[in-house]
Amino acid sequence: MKNGILTFNSMPSIHSAGVTAGPLEKKKSVFAQSFDKLYEDERCDLPTNEDGHKQLMYDAVMVALSKAKKDVEKIDFFLTGDLVNQMTPSNFTAQALGIPYLGMFSACATSVSSMITAALLAEAKQANWLIAGSSSQHNAVERQFRYPLEYGTQKAATAQWTVTAAGAVLIGQNKPGTPSISCATIGKVVDMGMTDPLNMGAAMAPAAMSTLSSHLNGHSKTVDDYDTIITGDLGSSGFKLLKALANEQGLPHTKNFRDAGEEFYGMDPSFFAGASGAGCSAAVFFSDVYQKLQKGEYQRVLLIATGALLSPLSYQQGDTIPCIAHAIEISINEVSMI
Amino acid sequence: MEQEKYAHLEKELSPKPPILKNVIKAFLVGGLICLIGQFIALFYITFFDFTERTASNPTVATMIFLSMLLTGFGLYKKIAQFGGAGAAVPITGFGNAVVSSAIEHKSEGYVLGVGGNMFKLAGSVILFGVFSAFVVALIKTILVKFGVVSW
Amino acid sequence: MISIYITSFIVGGLICVIGQLLMDVAKLTPAHTLCSLVVAGSVLDGIGWYEPLIDFAGAGATIPITSFGNSLTHGALAEAEKHGLIGVVTGMFEVTSSGISAAIVFGLIGALLFTSKGNV
Repeated sequence: MKNGILTFNSMPSIHSAGVTAGPLEKKKSVFAQSFDKLYEDERCDLPTNEDGHKQLMYDAVMVALSKAKKDVEKIDFFLTGDLVNQMTPSNFTAQALGIPYLGMFSACATSVSSMITAALLAEAKQANWLIAGSSSQHNAVERQFRYPLEYGTQKAATAQWTVTAAGAVLIGQNKPGTPSISCATIGKVVDMGMTDPLNMGAAMAPAAMSTLSSHLNGHSKTVDDYDTIITGDLGSSGFKLLKALANEQGLPHTKNFRDAGEEFYGMDPSFFAGASGAGCSAAVFFSDVYQKLQKGEYQRVLLIATGALLSPLSYQQGDTIPCIAHAIEISINEVSMI
Repeated sequence: MEQEKYAHLEKELSPKPPILKNVIKAFLVGGLICLIGQFIALFYITFFDFTERTASNPTVATMIFLSMLLTGFGLYKKIAQFGGAGAAVPITGFGNAVVSSAIEHKSEGYVLGVGGNMFKLAGSVILFGVFSAFVVALIKTILVKFGVVSW
Repeated sequence: MISIYITSFIVGGLICVIGQLLMDVAKLTPAHTLCSLVVAGSVLDGIGWYEPLIDFAGAGATIPITSFGNSLTHGALAEAEKHGLIGVVTGMFEVTSSGISAAIVFGLIGALLFTSKGNV
């Protein structure tokens, strides 16, 4: 049994990345400097939240393409997802782009699941150029999963703030000196019986741990092989649980662990435990982490995006929150094996 | 790891709600909203033809109007984050539930969006209020008929 | 005269404290909390305790959502006294109409005037 372990011998490269984010992120995110395009209006000056959501994704793709000086016509596949019902923002972006499209859904883990799928298509020589990514828009997601935006409710310190951000990467065949995908692990759905939708970090931490340990075992790696192991959006309370789980499972040091959700808003308590949403991991992985790989600050990183696979319906029907995590290893120094 | 063991770990590591602090804040915010209501009632009693009893109707309507303004300007959710039940329990919280749903679903149009979703949060309060009033009044009426209690 | 302002603050505050405890200790959702309080207000009126509370605390008893249950029951009971069992259904909204009609009218006006914002 493969146990979700994938190795990419051709090491497909991430040729460019584009990240867009909303006005609150511009003001409050510690990563705002690394983002490519920031909006003054949360709906990107469009009538609805969902229109703005689509624009975020579209612009992120356009930024990634322009950085690599590629035309839309050159792209073979477009693989993205988001959290809105039936993923209309991604679907409508695909319609606007006119690239053959597969909608991807792993909730907030879509940033990595779409990259893994793109890398597989590149590895199989079925595509030269692919776009992968994911996005979320605060207003559109909150009104669907929780309450109307203006509804007054007291959120606990474990709650997280859905980001308004989108990230897209251009993946193609290996190019030496470019951040490249060497291996990955597709996670199993893990459900530890958590039920509180305002404490998603606690629900997702066991999934992150499960994928981390199967990745390390399956690829015979240790924590020290990585400059950083960065999770998607566990938030401060979920990240604390992940580190506790890691210690318990015989991974004593977690110094090189990071969590994009915890860092996103600089631990500002008005955002409770930190950021979440499909755009959170994409925005941080494709800006801060990608740029640090390019600069050589990181040689080899492990991205673990985590997703809570709940819906308002499943929550109201009393189901627990099943979660998933996918891991992808990105490194810079290895020359192509071909 | 089993679920119980993880639930235990989760309980240990997750931040707990500061119950005492929340209770004090709820008391202050809730009390303040009711005090404002009392002043509005005084206004209706002094300047219009209302008695202490009948003044509660225009007072409630005025409070809901104020709640609409606070909701629309994005302030009610801030009061609620601070005051918790102190903002949710007064009638202004009921107004906030109705108005916030109405505003949120404007993008789907006034009939399907605003009309269809206005009571999606407040509806359950109306349902259980009406049904419990029905049951309580029914029981009391029957008890009066049998001479167990009087009006 | 002054005392009604003190009692309205304290009684209103205490009803909210009960709501906060239902949310934080009993772990009820806001919707469950409010429904419980409405039912409690209705029952309290049935046993005749809510009206004395209004006399004592004024807006401290009429502003919290418990008064919604109280006034629904009160309207039903007043009609039942006059018309018997039929009154239970016909009288229900006699007293409460202002809260619901205000919420509907201002809900629509709010939707006309405002757009929701995702600010902190």
